Amino acid sequence: MASVFRFSRSINRDTRLVSIQFENQVIEAREGETIAAALLANGIDFTRKTPVNGQARAPFCMVGTCFECLMEVDQIPNLQACMIEVQEGMVVGRMYGPRNPDDDT
Amino acid sequence: MESEFAIVGGGILGISIAWGLQRIGRDVMVIDEGDFAFRASRGNFGLVWVQGKGDGLPDYTRWTLRSASLWPDFADELEDTTGIKLELSQPGGIDFCLSNDEAENAVARLSGIRDSLSIDYPFEYIENTELRKLTPEIGPDVVGGTYCPKDGHVNPLYLLRALYTDFQSRGGRVVNGVSVDKIKQENSGFRLSGGVEMFAQKVVLCAGLGNRKLGEMVGLNVPVEPNRGQIMICERVIPFMRYPSVQIRQVGEGAVQIGDSKENVGFDDRTSPEVISRIARRAIKIYPLLSHLRTIRTWAALRVMSPDGFPIYQQSDAHPGAYVVTCHSGITLAAIHALVLTRWIGGEDQPKNLESFSGKRFSI
Repeated sequence: MASVFRFSRSINRDTRLVSIQFENQVIEAREGETIAAALLANGIDFTRKTPVNGQARAPFCMVGTCFECLMEVDQIPNLQACMIEVQEGMVVGRMYGPRNPDDDT
Repeated sequence: MESEFAIVGGGILGISIAWGLQRIGRDVMVIDEGDFAFRASRGNFGLVWVQGKGDGLPDYTRWTLRSASLWPDFADELEDTTGIKLELSQPGGIDFCLSNDEAENAVARLSGIRDSLSIDYPFEYIENTELRKLTPEIGPDVVGGTYCPKDGHVNPLYLLRALYTDFQSRGGRVVNGVSVDKIKQENSGFRLSGGVEMFAQKVVLCAGLGNRKLGEMVGLNVPVEPNRGQIMICERVIPFMRYPSVQIRQVGEGAVQIGDSKENVGFDDRTSPEVISRIARRAIKIYPLLSHLRTIRTWAALRVMSPDGFPIYQQSDAHPGAYVVTCHSGITLAAIHALVLTRWIGGEDQPKNLESFSGKRFSI
């Protein structure tokens, strides 16, 4: 299904630009914004696939409550992308299904 | 509002009884107090558990075993009618022992229960090396564990939702946000009030800790007390835990739930860091890989405990037609409550040895 997907920053922040890496793309983000905000502003329309049934999911509540935005950040799985501010050089990836409990991260 | 049966209490006990009575053709109304009530049915651990139950009352062991065996058909029926998957799994359960003392006590207790019964009571004690074949992720601090093949677990929230969905889709009425503060017997039944007036020919008290006060209104002694249990839930991971235990289970969607504190702290359902860290440390000794996982949420709920820990099922002598149903194992017993106990309340037939569960055992 085609969808119209558009988020933009409501305030034109004057903060420094930082680059983060997302699934082999380089994303421009504004210092001070969260990973979830940066990805939505760049038109990324899903950030994980749920372990329950494999559906694509995107950030929803943006305040740390819903856990829809779980991502892998600098190799640490299942982190809430809406609760972490971007940093130059950060490597962010989607979560595909559940994490492996054996991973010591 | 008027009905044949009024069920006071909209938790798992109340809706199990309501659903079961409706299933045998009765007209039922459920009165639910609302979200300010202590909702044990929203905060419990979700075990369908046999091992250890009934130490001191063999009839309770038999009752629990029978409920566990009724569970698969009960779950099938609810899943078929509602389409809600309950995540019932009964692979057997393990109670882990972290010292030789714990192991000796567990075996002595289960042997005592088995010896008090005339029916089969399956359990075995398994030492670490053998236990590791069943569940390879356990740590070296686990001395052994008692395994009972009748144990299992279920998603208690889906159970609650399925019972409500089916009950209401068949015309069952639910009154929300009403705290019953008066029950008065009249010629043909009971008048209940709590902001609104309701009338029913028969009334069943299923209000958990509220039953103490409600019972007094209809001549029933229900000396229940709160006992706090704290629970933590970790992030969802790939299913790895094959067997539920009293302390830890991996839920159907992959999250790992850890619990089993027992605290007599009155009507206080807050969590405390000391208890949460204690249960977490014990869980990590059992499954060391849990130390990798993040905690998502912690909560506490209040168990509804009678003085001996066993259920109370009783009809009032002073006010016939008024019943009390209370226990602290509303999930395990949901199947037998819905399918068997309702036949007694509905006037069809009385289960054997029901008098073992009368609240009269607490009278001096």
